[in-house]
Amino acid sequence: MSYVLMNVISLSRFQFAMTTLFHFLYVPLSMGLGLIVAIMETAYVHTKKPVYLKMTKFWSKIFLLSFAVGVVTGIIQEFQFGMNWSNYSRFMGDIFGAPLAIEALLAFFLESTMLGVWMFTWDKFKPGLHALFMWLTWIGSVLSALWILAANSFMQHPTGFMINRVTGHVRLVNFWSVLANPQLWREFPHVVFASFTTGAMVVAGMAAFGLLWKQNHDFHIKSLRIALLVGLISSGLAVATGDMQTQFIIKDQPMKFAATEAVYKDTGSPAPWRVIALIDTKKKAVNPSIDVPYMLSLLSYHKLTGSVTGMNSVSRELHAKYDKKFGQNMDYYVPVKTLFWSFRVMAGGGMLVFLISLLGLFFSRAKKDLLSKSKWMLWVLGIMTFVPFVVNSCGWIITEMGRYPWVVYGLQTIADAVSPTSTVGALLFTNIVYFLLFSFIGAFMFYYARKTLIDGPDKEEDEDSAYAQPVDPLDKEVFNS
Amino acid sequence: MTFLQILWFVVIGILFAGFIFFEGFDFGIGMATRFFAVDDQERQQVLRSVAPHWDGNEVWLITAGGAMFASFPLWYASLFSGYYILLFLILIALIFRGVSFEFGVHAQTKFERSTWLWANFIGCLFAPFLLGMMLTSMIQGVPMDAQGNVWAGFGVVVNWLSVVGGLAVTYLCFIHGLNYLSLKTKNDLHARAMNMADKLYWLVYPVLVLFALLAIFQTDFFARHVISSSVILIVIVLLTVWGHISARFGHSGHAFLASGLSLILIMAFIFNGIFPRVMIATQSKNDLLIHNASASPLTLDIMTGVLLVLLPIVLIYFAWSYWIQRRTKVDLANGSETY
Repeated sequence: MSYVLMNVISLSRFQFAMTTLFHFLYVPLSMGLGLIVAIMETAYVHTKKPVYLKMTKFWSKIFLLSFAVGVVTGIIQEFQFGMNWSNYSRFMGDIFGAPLAIEALLAFFLESTMLGVWMFTWDKFKPGLHALFMWLTWIGSVLSALWILAANSFMQHPTGFMINRVTGHVRLVNFWSVLANPQLWREFPHVVFASFTTGAMVVAGMAAFGLLWKQNHDFHIKSLRIALLVGLISSGLAVATGDMQTQFIIKDQPMKFAATEAVYKDTGSPAPWRVIALIDTKKKAVNPSIDVPYMLSLLSYHKLTGSVTGMNSVSRELHAKYDKKFGQNMDYYVPVKTLFWSFRVMAGGGMLVFLISLLGLFFSRAKKDLLSKSKWMLWVLGIMTFVPFVVNSCGWIITEMGRYPWVVYGLQTIADAVSPTSTVGALLFTNIVYFLLFSFIGAFMFYYARKTLIDGPDKEEDEDSAYAQPVDPLDKEVFNS
Repeated sequence: MTFLQILWFVVIGILFAGFIFFEGFDFGIGMATRFFAVDDQERQQVLRSVAPHWDGNEVWLITAGGAMFASFPLWYASLFSGYYILLFLILIALIFRGVSFEFGVHAQTKFERSTWLWANFIGCLFAPFLLGMMLTSMIQGVPMDAQGNVWAGFGVVVNWLSVVGGLAVTYLCFIHGLNYLSLKTKNDLHARAMNMADKLYWLVYPVLVLFALLAIFQTDFFARHVISSSVILIVIVLLTVWGHISARFGHSGHAFLASGLSLILIMAFIFNGIFPRVMIATQSKNDLLIHNASASPLTLDIMTGVLLVLLPIVLIYFAWSYWIQRRTKVDLANGSETY
């Protein structure tokens, strides 16, 4: 690795990307699984059918796993702003800290406490009340997302602030306008619906594997249908809210938008849409590409006319606007290739999920049981388990990388945000340890989820088996089994 | 200093105190899995006593961190970037401990179960020790420049006071955990937990005395706030004696209260001593003060409003979650638990 890559800024950025993306594998999963488990338990309360209780208990195992990993990786998120980005924290503390604190107080306490109650009070409350605890847990997780995204939205589109002339730091002027941030009300529903989709696809996909392995048929078909219904609705809404967000970004962060479409020069009207393209970032040119005429105008403006501003023009505009403040040497071009391909994977993946949900619901209709006869469809559904994670990660890559070179859009650059006390050695050490730790935890999370599915819903076990298993540490068998 | 600035300094102190009170016995329970329990079955049962609560308890830390960011961003930035490696190690300890609960439930083999028990133990041992180190290193004054950047080398982080401070917190957490365990167990386990807490107190006295002596010489707490610092220190000693007597005569409730209060008072000692500063620099002109480290008045206003509305609600359901579990007790003689 060259020296250029090994400086404090790039190592801090790498760490932020790594910790955030890893954390965000589990957050949407637990938000989505929480919803599905809550729906299943409610179904049990209403129908009193034991299969729904079984479903609640079985899928909650996966939910609890993802929740645990989400929690522990979330702690890193909170502290790394101070650890790696102390100048950012000083600059933004007046606005950024409040949503974080409110998140903990309003959402995370609710989520964690109610989940603890839910886990250990099966025999203490009536089923209806017990189901309520899962709903409260889920509400907590959604509120959590709201406040975290409020903080993120300010970084994308600062509102309700002024700059303190003495300290040069951001100062809160209007809290309501921070909350009413237009970016937030496009980002939040998009993230939330994508999260519900994630949980839905994981349940659907795992149930499909269960059917392939000829496990409890009724159990898995019912799970699959609930999940696919949630998946269909929420992926549809995720695509729709994603479109809303794009409409906003075209005007608000034109560089980000132009990069996701690899448009260097202003397009004519109507604008063609690049399905795929070879991008030369040095020459700032695209050659060759497969184009669909009219399509970009249609996607951008929902009509057959209208041109899209290219990155070259946007760069000139940004220089004109910010040169006085940030100097003439700023490079306003974002990582084009990454954004272009991430966008294709994200948008394509989102639509794929929608279509597969629809197809899956059709195949799993009660009357004919087409699904069990078509193994290929079960495989398709099974593979869908993994798709949302890739899609979600791409979404964040676009959001965060597209903000380059700023940490707070138009206000503070990434280079100005890092901790002056950070050293390459310390960052290298923490990056390596985090990487190993995440691989280790991720591998176990996957292993236990898989093992839970292999054991299947019909495995007999008592409630607290793990807490009651006698183990003799001096027994040789301990290390052989 | 405005009223709200002082209020938020106190609130952060309370949040950290709440964290060490609640998470303190979680940590103690984790330590008890090795120092108290004799086999893996007992270890699982000991851990079971905090299983419904540890997650909620940890939120105190998250809230303390978030509140610090919101109300004193300059403190948050200086402290956590300055103690980079130490805080990193604390996070690692908390991660290992956190996943061990859930992974332990899913563990398939004896070896795996053993591994997660060890992960829990190591996390529970190191997290309070390193946290205690961070807090007691900070109060001695740190090399900090006018911009608030802390350049804390090894000697600043690891020294007599910080090591003894770390030990004191760890010991108290362990005793606190044993006291909690005695509340949550019956018969044999209960008696053993009380007995062990009773014996452990003899180890705590020298550590606390050493801590007090070092605090007198290594910090300016007694030069600046001689009365309040002395009073708090005396109360800590009295609480320790009260806890010891309660443990000896089997009053688990009193013992638990005493050990919890002494942890809270250690926080009070630190927050009282640093007042009106939040970070003490070796050159006092660079001190970070409550007065100049806080967020703007508007942010503090909003945070105060939020706190006044939400905190009572949170405290009610938090307490309720303990209340509904109050009769769940681990009992070796009668299987895993009884009511």
